[in-house]
Amino acid sequence: MEDFLSAAISIAFHGLALAMVLYLISVGLSVTMGLMGFVNLAHGAFAMAGGYAFTTLMNRYNVPFPLALIAAVIIVVAISIVLERLLYRRLYGGNELDQVLMTIGLIFMTVGAATYVWGPVAQPMRLPAALSGQIHIGTRDFPTYRSFMILCGMVLVTGLWLGLERTRFGAQVRAAVDNLRMAQSIGINTTRLFALTFALGSGLAALGGALGADFLQIQPGYALDNLVYFLIVVAVGGLGSIRGPFVAALLVGISDTAFKYIAPELGAFFIYALTMALLLWRPHGLFGRA
Amino acid sequence: MAQPSDPPEQRAALDAFARRHRLRPVEALPWLAMIAAYFVFPDYLALGAQILATILFGLSLDLVLGYAGIITLGHAAFFGTGAYTAGVLAAHHWGEPISGLVAAGLAAGLVGFATGAVILRTSGLTLLMQTLVVAAMLSELANKATSVTGGADGLQGMDVWPIFGTFRFDLFGRVAYIYCALVLLICWLAVRAVVYSPFGRSLTGIRENVLRMHAIGAPVRRRKLVVYTISAALAGVSGALIAQTAQFVGLGVYSLQQSGTILIMLIIGGIGQLYGAFIGVPLYMIAQDRFSEIDPVYWYFWIGLFMIVMVIFARGGVIGLGERILRRIRKPS
Amino acid sequence: MSALTNNISAVEAASAATPSLETQRLCKNFGALPVASDIDFRLERGARHALIGPNGAGKTSFVNLVTGVLTPSAGRILLGGEDITQLSRAARVKRGLVRTFQISALFRRLSLIENVTLAIAERDGTAGDLIRPAGRYRAPIEEAYALLETLGLADEAARPVYELAYGRQRLADIAVSLALKPKVLLLDEPAAGVPSGETGAIIDMIERLPADIAVLIIEHDMDLVFRLANRITVLVQGGVLIEGKPRDIAADVQVRQVYLGERDPR
Repeated sequence: MEDFLSAAISIAFHGLALAMVLYLISVGLSVTMGLMGFVNLAHGAFAMAGGYAFTTLMNRYNVPFPLALIAAVIIVVAISIVLERLLYRRLYGGNELDQVLMTIGLIFMTVGAATYVWGPVAQPMRLPAALSGQIHIGTRDFPTYRSFMILCGMVLVTGLWLGLERTRFGAQVRAAVDNLRMAQSIGINTTRLFALTFALGSGLAALGGALGADFLQIQPGYALDNLVYFLIVVAVGGLGSIRGPFVAALLVGISDTAFKYIAPELGAFFIYALTMALLLWRPHGLFGRA
Repeated sequence: MAQPSDPPEQRAALDAFARRHRLRPVEALPWLAMIAAYFVFPDYLALGAQILATILFGLSLDLVLGYAGIITLGHAAFFGTGAYTAGVLAAHHWGEPISGLVAAGLAAGLVGFATGAVILRTSGLTLLMQTLVVAAMLSELANKATSVTGGADGLQGMDVWPIFGTFRFDLFGRVAYIYCALVLLICWLAVRAVVYSPFGRSLTGIRENVLRMHAIGAPVRRRKLVVYTISAALAGVSGALIAQTAQFVGLGVYSLQQSGTILIMLIIGGIGQLYGAFIGVPLYMIAQDRFSEIDPVYWYFWIGLFMIVMVIFARGGVIGLGERILRRIRKPS
Repeated sequence: MSALTNNISAVEAASAATPSLETQRLCKNFGALPVASDIDFRLERGARHALIGPNGAGKTSFVNLVTGVLTPSAGRILLGGEDITQLSRAARVKRGLVRTFQISALFRRLSLIENVTLAIAERDGTAGDLIRPAGRYRAPIEEAYALLETLGLADEAARPVYELAYGRQRLADIAVSLALKPKVLLLDEPAAGVPSGETGAIIDMIERLPADIAVLIIEHDMDLVFRLANRITVLVQGGVLIEGKPRDIAADVQVRQVYLGERDPR
């Protein structure tokens, strides 16, 4: 019984940490897909870019942890603004195949570019002393960094949800996701809204990619290898939803951790089966709209 | 069929419509090119065999994507199932190639039917997602079932017997090339028949306006499932060809890269035109082969860039481009 | 003997009275939003019936409910007396319930004649053939061409539909529906978006529809409605406001009020 409880707490903890990472990365994808109806398969590349920027700043240039994190996010946001304007904007409202093709092309480019600049090996993450080791919570010891990750995640999630409910920007996003034409007709500048939402989503992804570098290794194939997971979180959560992906990320994070612990032979198989079943029951996701 | 009272242009147009399925001389070109390549490039027949097998894979994808309009990023699921079926058989003392092909086609077709029945209820992003998940599931299965598939190391110990007991796969790839060419021919004839049949025509209806297809009483879901199953079987056959000619199967057959690159190859050639794969696959694979001599690692960067440029400037692929050029030539300007 | 003939004439009378299409207390709610409220509707045999109402009244939703695109929250739908409420879209089409769409829904890159032959092939059951070339089935092609001829569209039979003038596309839409040999035809704003010069052809086509088809037209254009319909139902906010002969509807005070914001009273 002791062992079981201990194992359960461990699974919950690590699963929660993974869920935070997945959520941070996927929430932007959910909103842009729900808002712009745009299938952005390359979204993971922004997370990867965040991870690369972060680790490079820390490892090669010895930038301290918090600064490196902020800088990485800013860099990726800048890149995303440029990409949105140059590329993505051309295909809004276009046909789905075009969007799939363009974003696949983008992923492939990131694979090649990352291999060129950093080589095929995963980037190590050097934790500052303050975040390494263990921390004592209640009766147990937990890894400090993962605890930090969970805390960070909670703060960001709360900030995000509050921002969505309380700010004008948030209200505009919600209105536009609900009914784009109506939002346009009441004077919301949807072009600017798209650009801002895209940037915000990419920034969050960069944060998730950077923070989560020990879960999801920063290597050239990042965007391709993890695409399934990001899409699972978004599809199961429901497009355009902010809360949906959180629940989905929790499900995925905790199940994945649990199964790796309990039945490693099955690997990710169960997650996939669960996803298929969930999507059959609710094709628009747990919190999506028809 | 057209009345004598009709104006001659009408009659001609209608007769042309009714005779679309007839073989045109230009359709012999790919096959002539294939035969020529056998003699002109004797050192590249192994690559050639791979190209031919991949053309079949592209053809199978064209059926679901170009004709039925089903966007999938998981077609490697069927390719991989066919490859592993043929591979496992050959590694377990049944190396007869033709029956291996048939078994691969059946296995892949079965997987296609089972997954299609489940996921084709959805559409759009959800469907796309499900196709990814199916391929990922199978990849994971193959990864974990190490005793059968060899896991991450790949399937070793394949022993493919000579075809009909006489034609042994040789080092130069001669037998492999002819083998793949003949299988491709047979499958292509089948695909061609389907495309020009009433069923195939209804697929283009589904692609053009699925809402209207429902409104004319078409059993849309059943049609999609049938074409998905056929396509899966053909993809399985192509996977088996690759496995048998290379005598190896790795996990990559199920990968997203595999699904993505076949999509790209088909797009380059042009979808829904029956010949897109015949053009796009060789172009891609030969370019990649050449490129790997110069710069092996960065192929993905350039092909990604090419895709983006294509999407923005040249949708329709080579065939679409060719059609636009032809139209411009024909127009008296 | 007289009891038998009485029974026969009773049966005849009953079948003569069976409407081609009927809805009984048809309801549809999207959450708290009622899109259809207790709609009792009868479309008689050979009817030329119009369904009118302000924007958002639920006219297209009604058609979507009847054809199976939407599932009702409550109520029944009867086609020729048969309950079709649980049937799929395609099954309803097979029983003779056919519709057109408000925005032309054709197979855009296919030729006009192919659009029609697709419909005929579904109707006569040849569409499932995987092996024989479609061109070998001469009968659908001939029938399609003949239909296009009667509708004056034959000269553009070989052209892809997206090349046709929009008014001709709307005609083509109706042609595809007619190819299915409907018993009940639901025309959703057949003249919508058509330049006024081309509406004449559409009105002509509707006037020449076979008398045994029951026709329901959704329209905003009142001139069209009064010209084509011998019965009108007015739908407001998902519910039937009133139903009756055109002259009575035109004179009704409530109807005028409903439309007062929408057009000049003449």
